[in-house]
Amino acid sequence: MHQVLSSTPEGIFTINVGPQHPATHGVLHLVITLNGETILKIEPHLGYIHRSIEKMCESLTYRQFIYVTSRMDYLSAHINNHACALCVEKGLQVEVPMRAQYIRVIMDELTRLASHELWWGAMAMDVGAFTPFFYAFRERETINEIMEETCGARLTMNYMVPGGVMADIHPQFQQKVKQFIAGYKNKIAEYNELVTGNVIFQNRMKGVGYLSTEDAISYGCSGPVARASGVACDVRKRYPYDVYAQVQFDEIIETTGDSFARYLVRIREMEQSVRIIEQLIDNIPEGDYQAKTKAVLKLPKGEFYQRVETARGELGVYIVSEGGTTPYRIKFRSPGFSNLSALNEMAKGGKIGDLVATMGTLDLVIPDIDR
Amino acid sequence: MSIQQYIKNVFNAVKTLLKGMRVTGYYFFHPKEIITQQYPDNRATLKLADRFKGEVVMLHDENNEHACTGCTACELACPNGTIKIITQFDITPDGKKKKALNTFVYHLELCTMCNLCVEACPTGAITMAQNFEHSVYDRKQLTKILNKPGSKIRAGVE
Amino acid sequence: MLNTISFEAIKTAVQQWLNMHWGPHLAFIAECILIGLLVIVFFAVLGLLLVFMERKVSAVMQIRLGPNRVGPKGWLQTSADTLKLMLKEGLTPDGADKFLFNLAPFLIMIAAMLIMVPIAFARNFQIWDINIGVLYISSIASISVIAILMAGWSSNNKYALLGAMRSGAQIISYELSAGVAVITMVMLTQSLSIQDIILSQQNGWWIFKGHIPAIIAFIIFMIAATAETNRAPFDLAEAESELTAGFHTEYSGMKFALFFLAEYINVFIVCAVAAILFFGGWMPFHIGNWEGFNHIMDYIPSSIWFLGKTFCLIFLIMWFRWTFPRLRIDQLLNLEWKYLLPISLANLLLMTIIVVLKWYL
Repeated sequence: MHQVLSSTPEGIFTINVGPQHPATHGVLHLVITLNGETILKIEPHLGYIHRSIEKMCESLTYRQFIYVTSRMDYLSAHINNHACALCVEKGLQVEVPMRAQYIRVIMDELTRLASHELWWGAMAMDVGAFTPFFYAFRERETINEIMEETCGARLTMNYMVPGGVMADIHPQFQQKVKQFIAGYKNKIAEYNELVTGNVIFQNRMKGVGYLSTEDAISYGCSGPVARASGVACDVRKRYPYDVYAQVQFDEIIETTGDSFARYLVRIREMEQSVRIIEQLIDNIPEGDYQAKTKAVLKLPKGEFYQRVETARGELGVYIVSEGGTTPYRIKFRSPGFSNLSALNEMAKGGKIGDLVATMGTLDLVIPDIDR
Repeated sequence: MSIQQYIKNVFNAVKTLLKGMRVTGYYFFHPKEIITQQYPDNRATLKLADRFKGEVVMLHDENNEHACTGCTACELACPNGTIKIITQFDITPDGKKKKALNTFVYHLELCTMCNLCVEACPTGAITMAQNFEHSVYDRKQLTKILNKPGSKIRAGVE
Repeated sequence: MLNTISFEAIKTAVQQWLNMHWGPHLAFIAECILIGLLVIVFFAVLGLLLVFMERKVSAVMQIRLGPNRVGPKGWLQTSADTLKLMLKEGLTPDGADKFLFNLAPFLIMIAAMLIMVPIAFARNFQIWDINIGVLYISSIASISVIAILMAGWSSNNKYALLGAMRSGAQIISYELSAGVAVITMVMLTQSLSIQDIILSQQNGWWIFKGHIPAIIAFIIFMIAATAETNRAPFDLAEAESELTAGFHTEYSGMKFALFFLAEYINVFIVCAVAAILFFGGWMPFHIGNWEGFNHIMDYIPSSIWFLGKTFCLIFLIMWFRWTFPRLRIDQLLNLEWKYLLPISLANLLLMTIIVVLKWYL
């Protein structure tokens, strides 16, 4: 330590948070310059879990590459797959059957719920409350069980395929989802009682990690992080895909831009997800769950881009096709990367405790940042 | 901050804290809410979903016959090179050579349970099993041969 | 009768036996050694029990089962953990100040052991009825902060240093309001001796007799006690999501276990002090003139009363821990200096008025 002290001005020192640290939820490495407890600068170091997914995708066919994307943002695996499937469909000019669209959107929203659930638990754990984590996981478990029954897996489902979904929903799917939704509303009230209303929690969150609207836009933030700063950027609303254009839901926007606003946006988004599922679950139309596609998919020469709203923000899939069976180049625009870049802006000048609260509300998934 | 505001703050703070304690207190006095599953103990009653993707298996009927024609559609569909199909040429009764399955090699250690091989199979020869306890002491044991010894293709499957 | 096998009777019998067989000096030395051994054994048992209790309480609150594999219902889990910790290598980092690094865990244990001296576990059963008992407890309690600072500084680890500094600021601040809360009660008892404090509650515990000021003092004391023992929501010194493990980041094996044990012993002690000050220590629960009821209450041994009260308070502190999020360092100090201290000072004034006007009987 004395070496660091001698090379920097009096009282200023750096600490490494990560790559192994309880607050970073993965192998993120932050180099933090501190003056006592006050943060002067944060420098994220990335790449600890880089698996070159984009390059891998170039050697896989358009059916095969979708499964890899579950491993990027593993908490919104469905939504990642959805984005890829939509992008390939765009290239193929395939009309997806209504039934498949409904199933996809319900699955997306269930995934979003599960993801926000985990975020809520981990967020509470970051600021020191352990118990909410288990309550969150109880609900997440129910969702995972529903997923397991229909998709055959709990985390990396690979259920979306170009042209629809891989299999029809399980006969009990609708009933189980309705049962879950019915009990879920009380659970949100319980969450609010346990964490949201808590005076300690509010003090930890309010006025912490402020991000202005201009900064949110200039850093390219998206999802709840940007919406908490007053940027209307919900892809489901702005550029609707599948049946999102037909369902009623609110785009949650807060304007305070602090950690508590980001927290509230996610909590209220959970309510909106419930609302979307309620509208769709009874009205799943009969019909095919998958459009007829060729055994070997070939995208025409050109460039295709599709964006979706994952639990973390805007995920973009950009495919460059040379007309072959595999993409020439694939680029994913991941929400976590841009959101992380704003961390320095948010946490600068705060305490170490604030950094944890801020990072918790960013809802970082490290494999999503590194890919 | 006026005195009134100060006292109100204190009371509100205490109220929110007590609310939180009520939630945890409720669970403390209602042990029925415990959701822990004691996994290795409940093996007998553990029921996995029918569609659960645990590993790829080849379906054999009671005559030790399967439906695999050795067409390698699954091998092509697999993104990880998990499946390797070794084919041979059978001589059919009318004297023609016919491609048939010799060995269906399945590398469980490479498999991501994406289900693409099952989807690709034109004859429904393979499916996903619900077994999930795959741990072994030697990695070699994870390389499996799916067609049972002495099995042959079911008559009529093309 | 139950009274014949009370702690008091055992103590007297042992004392008599020693004095009869050996000379008074030798008997005194033997008694000291015996007490030392008893305290160590008590600590070990208490540590195992409290860790197990915490794990079970937290488990049920978190809708899970908690330890249930080692021994019947998991009762031997903490013993197995202790065994593991003892067998682990006690690592000393290269750049550490080796002497202080190894001294700190023992210092924190010694501080915890010293506080045990004036605590009355049962009727006439305490190590030493020192006449400044309460003052002694508050002064010895502040030694532990030295051990924490020592551990944080000597580890040569920035996380540890930050944790120790937080802990220093925290303990020193919260000692004030804990002290004022204690003084509020001393106003009533008019004595610093633990024995006198307990005896003054013969006809009712202070929490009932002391009107609202006693209740406020109790709440403030519990908050300050939670903070002083570095437990959530005031566990900033070891805030794991921020500082990994705070001041004991670099400790391992038995040295880590000593810190861990000291935390639980301190929890026991502050709860015991609260039980003595506000709930009459080993005094049974009596209601005014209900002779029959009071008689039944007297049948319950005094040690059960004391331990029962203490464990109820320990449960309360555990309940806090598993419900609340952690405060930030500046909020922690705000809470003390802007809320707890002014309120407890006003409370002290109120109590003085009550005592002067003799409203408390």
